[in-house]
Amino acid sequence: MTAMEAIEQLHARLSARFPDAAPTVVLNPGPAAQHSLLVPATQARAIAEFLRDDPELQLDTCSNVTGIDWPEREVTETVRRTVTEPPAADAPPGTAPAAKVVEEKVRRVVPGHLEVVYHLYSVARGHGPVILRLRTGDRGEKVALPSLTPVWRACEFQEREVFDLFGVVFTGHPDLRRLLMWDEFRNHPMRKDYVEPDDYEWEPTPHDRILAQARRHYPVPPTGSGEPAPR
Amino acid sequence: MNPAAPPSRAGASVRAVQDPFHGDLLEVSMGPHHPSTHGVFRMIATLDGERIVRLKPVFGYLHRNHEKLGESTSYLASMPYTDRLDYLNSMTNNWAYALAVEKLAGQAVPERAEHVRILLAELTRLLNHTCLAGFLLQDTGCSGTPLMYAFREREAILDLFEALSGSRMMCNFQRFGGCRVDPSPAWMEAVSALVGRYDRFLDEYEELITGNEILLARTQGVGVLPAALAINAGITGPMLRASGVNHDLRRVDGYGLYPRFPFRIPLGDHGDTYDRYMVRMLEMRESLGILRAVLRDLPGGPIIDPKAKLRGFRPKPGEAYGRIEGPKGEIGFYLVSDGGPNPYRYRVRPPSLINLTVLEDLCLGHTVADAVIILGSIDIVLGEVDR
Amino acid sequence: MLGTGLLHGLKVTARNLVGSFHDPARMVTTQYPEERTRLPENYRNFPFLLGDDPADPLGTLRCVACQICEKECPPQCIYIVMERDEKGKAQKRPKVFDIDLSVCMSCQICVEVCPFDAIKMDQEFEIATADRFTGLLRHKEDLARSNAYYHQLHPTEAAAVDAALAEQKARQAAAKAAKAPAPAAAPLATPAVPPTPLPPAAPAP
Repeated sequence: MTAMEAIEQLHARLSARFPDAAPTVVLNPGPAAQHSLLVPATQARAIAEFLRDDPELQLDTCSNVTGIDWPEREVTETVRRTVTEPPAADAPPGTAPAAKVVEEKVRRVVPGHLEVVYHLYSVARGHGPVILRLRTGDRGEKVALPSLTPVWRACEFQEREVFDLFGVVFTGHPDLRRLLMWDEFRNHPMRKDYVEPDDYEWEPTPHDRILAQARRHYPVPPTGSGEPAPR
Repeated sequence: MNPAAPPSRAGASVRAVQDPFHGDLLEVSMGPHHPSTHGVFRMIATLDGERIVRLKPVFGYLHRNHEKLGESTSYLASMPYTDRLDYLNSMTNNWAYALAVEKLAGQAVPERAEHVRILLAELTRLLNHTCLAGFLLQDTGCSGTPLMYAFREREAILDLFEALSGSRMMCNFQRFGGCRVDPSPAWMEAVSALVGRYDRFLDEYEELITGNEILLARTQGVGVLPAALAINAGITGPMLRASGVNHDLRRVDGYGLYPRFPFRIPLGDHGDTYDRYMVRMLEMRESLGILRAVLRDLPGGPIIDPKAKLRGFRPKPGEAYGRIEGPKGEIGFYLVSDGGPNPYRYRVRPPSLINLTVLEDLCLGHTVADAVIILGSIDIVLGEVDR
Repeated sequence: MLGTGLLHGLKVTARNLVGSFHDPARMVTTQYPEERTRLPENYRNFPFLLGDDPADPLGTLRCVACQICEKECPPQCIYIVMERDEKGKAQKRPKVFDIDLSVCMSCQICVEVCPFDAIKMDQEFEIATADRFTGLLRHKEDLARSNAYYHQLHPTEAAAVDAALAEQKARQAAAKAAKAPAPAAAPLATPAVPPTPLPPAAPAP
């Protein structure tokens, strides 16, 4: 069974079981062909329990929980519209309105969101991965997602890490606090718009990003001198 | 104030907590500066007398934002950084990353390279399990003897890695589509000689310590991990197999050319610390069997796919999760590509961190000394836990 | 009997203790620094720049300052500035080639990506210094070494590089000989002078 067929079958089963909160198939364009299911947050816990307890699937372990940050981006799309123009005033009555195909560039802002990807495997059956995706509403206020730790204990530390580094709040997690950063830390380091604090350490050969940082601290000698800058 | 300073709580290491039922509880901070925590790792244990009633691990002392660096470094340049994740097993880390990238880009690998990869992975397994045996026994209080014997044998394997890749630990050896250096026949001879000697070392080591009554008393029945909890908590590697679960990715996924080389999978009966130690000793013998088979069947051919690109490597947009059975468990890399030279998201699935999920469950009811041994048997490396 | 495991263990310890006086497999300590282990040929530590002339490696560096190694270096420890003449034209030589050894992690990627075999791995590891900031900053002068030195360190690799370079030179010479001008009997065709471009039409008022 190809990856495509497998995901379609799984999608069909889940849609039949959860008709009002059906997941969507997200196709993976690359050669790896690891397609995933986008699961709505409201029914995520129930779907997860079904995947774990179903005798055919028996996805009894969650191997990996990843957070991905998709910031807001502007997309320019070319949209084709058919415009019907009414006939000219001096045309004979009864002429059909002319139809023209108009191409215009439309700019729209795709709102940002945070995504959590779960890779599920089955130890009992030896198959997998089944990949679930959960998306938050946005990157600001609506960042709550249901925690899947009550379903798979393996998510415990990894969800804490996603909370720590991305800011996704997992409701129902037994102990949601920062994992890798210290408790009083503010901000979420893995977000794409995270600005590091300026803890510049002197380097003798700065270039690119470090050079930009160095310039804020001391006058960098003109290029070509090969001498270290004064400390 | 330097934002990188550790929290001020680190100074308060021992504190009494009033519990209405038990009376006074003692909170002990084991670590982060501790010789037995296998790195900078901190456990806050709450003790009732001698027994642990709560144990909270604290991570992050070795966090080097490896995943964020991965987003600003090219795919090739991330390879030396993967050496430094689980710094004892650089060859298997490299292979897991190369496998994930090869899945992402649809890159093929020649047969000779696959054989060499298996060879190096099994040598790394020997390295890791020998190191664990040494350190676990050191933690029980053997004062260095098993540790030094184990490290004496490890030196031979490390010298082999140095002769092949140029560096003992940070090998930076696998590339996308094969390996970096083609091993010479002289190197293969040296590997054969090592494989011939290793059985005798293992026999001597077992004679030294495995029947030792003190070891048996300290490790049997300590830190029992039930199989159902292990599966649900995502435990992988020898720790899972010690609980009796027959799950080895070399069999289940059959990546590389492992299906060609038969080997047995040792399973434990009880899931205690002694089982975790013995499973690793038995796995070492199976690794020697695989090594002998690979050395016999090694084909010629290119060591790297001729169409593999070193510079300007830009996989098509998509994502891939590639995993292998590393010596500590399932090490996986999840890569999201947006078509650029750097990954959009670069994630490491660290077996050591996930195996620590059950640390509290294992240590409850035991003493602090047992907690040290249980942590030793989980086999963590902080480079991987914190990345 | 309780304690047989312990006695077996003690027997092994005794065997190792006695053996460490006469058995080389059990005598594993190298008395550094009086004794040194031989490093394998492939051992790599920090990079050095190759120069062809043993008398003047700095003046005959193979490096053309293409900056590929600077871009591919993971911790970005290389800093290159190309030599330019008075008119600003690029001379294919580095004016500045700095490597910060305190940042370099000896990963060897610069060696792999260099198209000109100009940078190779050295084996020096006794480079401790008291100066924290610039003590490990190596300039072009400190990094330049001759090809003879390279042969000493990595004989097989150096022989392979020399063979590849010789082959490349032979192929270039053969290509040049094939493109040599035909015998003088055939007249040289005068190249056509391209027409002078007309000035653009004046814009309409």
